[in-house]
Amino acid sequence: MGGWLFDPAHWSGPTGIPVRLLEHLGYTLMTLLIAAVIAIPLGAFVGHTGKGGFVVVGLSNALRALPTTAVLILVVLWAGLGDFPVYVALVLLAIPPIMAGTYAGIRAVDPVTVDAARGVGMRESGVLLKVEIPNALPLIYGGFRGAALQVVATATIAAYTGAGGLGRLVFDGLALQEFGQMLAGAVLVALLAVLVDLGFAGLQRLTVSPGLRPVGTGGKT
Amino acid sequence: MTWIFENWDRFWEVTGVHLRLSVVPVLIGFVLSIPLGWLASRSATARAILFPLANILFTIPSIALIVITPVLIGVKILDEINVIVPLTIYTIALMVRSVADALSAVPGHVTAAANAMGFRPLRRFLTVDFPLALPVTIAGLRVATVSNISMVSVGALVGLGGYGQLFTEGYQTDNTAKVFAGLIGTVVLAVLADGLLLLLGRVLTPWARAGR
Repeated sequence: MGGWLFDPAHWSGPTGIPVRLLEHLGYTLMTLLIAAVIAIPLGAFVGHTGKGGFVVVGLSNALRALPTTAVLILVVLWAGLGDFPVYVALVLLAIPPIMAGTYAGIRAVDPVTVDAARGVGMRESGVLLKVEIPNALPLIYGGFRGAALQVVATATIAAYTGAGGLGRLVFDGLALQEFGQMLAGAVLVALLAVLVDLGFAGLQRLTVSPGLRPVGTGGKT
Repeated sequence: MTWIFENWDRFWEVTGVHLRLSVVPVLIGFVLSIPLGWLASRSATARAILFPLANILFTIPSIALIVITPVLIGVKILDEINVIVPLTIYTIALMVRSVADALSAVPGHVTAAANAMGFRPLRRFLTVDFPLALPVTIAGLRVATVSNISMVSVGALVGLGGYGQLFTEGYQTDNTAKVFAGLIGTVVLAVLADGLLLLLGRVLTPWARAGR
């Protein structure tokens, strides 16, 4: 069954596995970057001011129900084929978990700590950037890594409208009735998801203050 | 919106299929995740096996699982079972954790009191532990239901039924209204199912609101 995956002929050329892997990784990282730039400030603002929390929660839930396939197809019909529809669909998928994680993280910071920060004369921007966000990082990463897993898995669908990525193996395999190719696509996506999560777990270890690690669990979250 | 009213019969037909393909996996998955979650709440070994396994299953893209299932279980690609099996797997992967967390959170003095009153294990589970675990369990069930309703559409990419058919047909015939109709149907169905479960949770756990 692994014959297709380990055939050297499938590991080279412009439609080889490395190219598809890189395309898939590219979609994922670019999507997460765009989504984070939108969702983290929104979640942080609402978490900091405490205003509009129900909007964030409601919006997150509504976006979660949105079928990514439909968004992808609608944007393709409106704007034409290419990478743009892929990004719109995936960014909409990634925003809810990141926004919800950021909001929950900021709300969960001990009010005593925030008061102390104000008490030593920090401005509101300082309170948010130097106290609340660093303290909220574990939950922000939680939402972000959840989004990353979903984006890696869902980027597969991009190939339905002719875009690249590992989904090509699944859809080309389906069209050609080549089970080995479909299986290779599925296995590689799952593998990539695990690797991406490990990567962000490493980043989390490097950027989250050691003081915030759960006691006695070796920092595993 | 007008597409829905002009094609009412078709819309109802795909709604029915969509509902069946999303609700059946939730029910099967829910029932199976109760014993598994119970096991995970009782044994660290079961937890060490079930939780990472659930995480890995969750990373397999739904489209991939849908195309692989028929080959693994030996049915035709257009069989509805090819959506039901993957979605059941996702439901279990999600619910095992919810059920285990919910059961672990039942206060020790409550179970001790039930034991002292002479409850046998099965009766204690059914009348004490499980009801107290319901709020967290239903929260997990809501997430599983909404994500299932959204994921059924993926099956249409290989030719299966539900609102996803409106997506693929709309794509092939350049009919935005048809895609939009399916999108609205999916979101409305998800919101309704979510609200229904929220209500069910309130009715089943009246004590959760007592004393507020």
